[in-house]
Amino acid sequence: MKDVSFGQYYPVKSFVHNMDPRLKLLFLIAYIVAIFLARNFYGLAACLVVLLLAIAFSRVPILKVLRAIRGVLFLVLFTAVINAFFRTGETVYWQYGILCVSKEGIVFSAFLVCRLILLVTCSSMLTYTTTPVSLTDGIESLLKPLTWIKIPVHILADVMSIALRMIPVLMEETERIRSAQKARGGDIEGGGLIKKIRAVVPILVPLILSAFRRADELGDAMDARCYMASKKRTKYKKLRFTWRDLIGFFVGAALITGVVLFNVYEAFLWLPV
Amino acid sequence: MRIVAEHLSYTYNPKSPFAVKALDDVTLTIEEGEFFGIIGHTGSGKSTFVQHLNGLIRLPASKKRRPKRPKAKKGRPAPPATVLTVGEFDLSSKKTDFRALRKRVGMVFQYPEYQLFAETVKEDVAYGLKNFSDKKLTPAETEAAVRAALEIVGLDYGEVAEKSPFDLSGGQKRRVAIAGVIVTKPEVLILDEPAAGLDPLGKREVMELLHRLHREWCKTVVIVSHDMDEIAENCTRAAVFSEGRVVYALPPASLFKMTDELLALGLDIPLTAKLCAALKERGIEVDCDFTVEDLIRKVVALKGENA
Repeated sequence: MKDVSFGQYYPVKSFVHNMDPRLKLLFLIAYIVAIFLARNFYGLAACLVVLLLAIAFSRVPILKVLRAIRGVLFLVLFTAVINAFFRTGETVYWQYGILCVSKEGIVFSAFLVCRLILLVTCSSMLTYTTTPVSLTDGIESLLKPLTWIKIPVHILADVMSIALRMIPVLMEETERIRSAQKARGGDIEGGGLIKKIRAVVPILVPLILSAFRRADELGDAMDARCYMASKKRTKYKKLRFTWRDLIGFFVGAALITGVVLFNVYEAFLWLPV
Repeated sequence: MRIVAEHLSYTYNPKSPFAVKALDDVTLTIEEGEFFGIIGHTGSGKSTFVQHLNGLIRLPASKKRRPKRPKAKKGRPAPPATVLTVGEFDLSSKKTDFRALRKRVGMVFQYPEYQLFAETVKEDVAYGLKNFSDKKLTPAETEAAVRAALEIVGLDYGEVAEKSPFDLSGGQKRRVAIAGVIVTKPEVLILDEPAAGLDPLGKREVMELLHRLHREWCKTVVIVSHDMDEIAENCTRAAVFSEGRVVYALPPASLFKMTDELLALGLDIPLTAKLCAALKERGIEVDCDFTVEDLIRKVVALKGENA
């Protein structure tokens, strides 16, 4: 329960936290595009500057942000190894069959690793600074055009917000069931693979049962309050675009446009590669 | 086994915005043979405290080999060292055999029926037994232990053993879950809200079951509860937790005399104590130990004197 850093809200007050979630979502998309437009380390460095600015304004500790990388550490290492060993280049240092270590390969794999790390950290910045509820509201609001082609966006948004809402509850439940079984001498630590799988059953069965029970109870409670998925629903917290968002929009848009332009036109800047 | 805690503190998620101080300098001794009650609000630290007792929450291990002695700050005496022992187990040591401890300190969580998982009642009860036994048990040994556990919780072995635990009634499920904990005959049995969510009859039956266990199997029983009647009626002594601290640790007979103090902590008092207070307002002093039986006896005796 204590160690899920990836995709967790970090509760402090800051400019970035207060920003309209729609704006943050759009910025994230634009920023990801900017990352993919970067063709070399200069481009990535420009992206990094923008990310660091965002982190500084969000008041989330940088170490906390970096912890998000741990979740995808395996993927990062895997990418690095594959690209470093299988990509051929002009300056070859070492070769064995299809395995080949070259200068270009190493540079390229370092580039990919940096790109991945930027992608992961910028995405987790969104979840650090935005509560799941306002994130869903933002997604719902942005996807509104899809209602024109009869896609029930608000129902999907409700489903998503309930699912997000239940993650910590189920985590807590898992911890509780695990403690209860630990008190009866069962634990998933230690033992071989088969033993481990068998040890998971006493935790998994009660957990699934409780998830179903909770779903039933929630369904009843929603029914009892006359929840109608088909009706147009009003909102308790309306998303409002404030003057702060306007400032955020101009600053963010300027920065990201700058990075995009830099990445598109840096070929004309004659920087050494 | 005697339980000793001195200057025990615990913080959830330390050094983060989610940090919550659950225990704050708790000092409490539970003697062997007690039927001990722990009272407190949600979030008062009572569950955190009992989870320490069988090592589900561990003391933060000090990095140095010797137990760390906090240094004295200028002008203040050194904070005393934390002690936590259950019988011969020293829980502040890293080398403690927690499996052996858990075998001897049984723990029943809130709504224990939600931890049932096996296909049959028999298998579910035997789960702890299998985990804790060092050698492989013969089917006959297992069956004997499961039969004894089911019978002491008041279930008929022949009737329920082969059934799925999910086909039983709520009260029966809870008994099966308790049987699954006591099957190893722990010396200390800790229960978190054992009667929560049951009807009055079910509550009484569970309390009777706990007394039976206290007499026959488990030397010490500790219950966490916020039902004051339950505490007044059953416990030899009770501790009041509030905001992570132990405010009182007294027998119910003296504890519930402090009506005003308990109400000030936002806690309820047992019905018997309310009745005593109402009688006192009308000038009738009844000195009872706050069990229903004793109150009735004393009131009847008073009435006899006045007649």
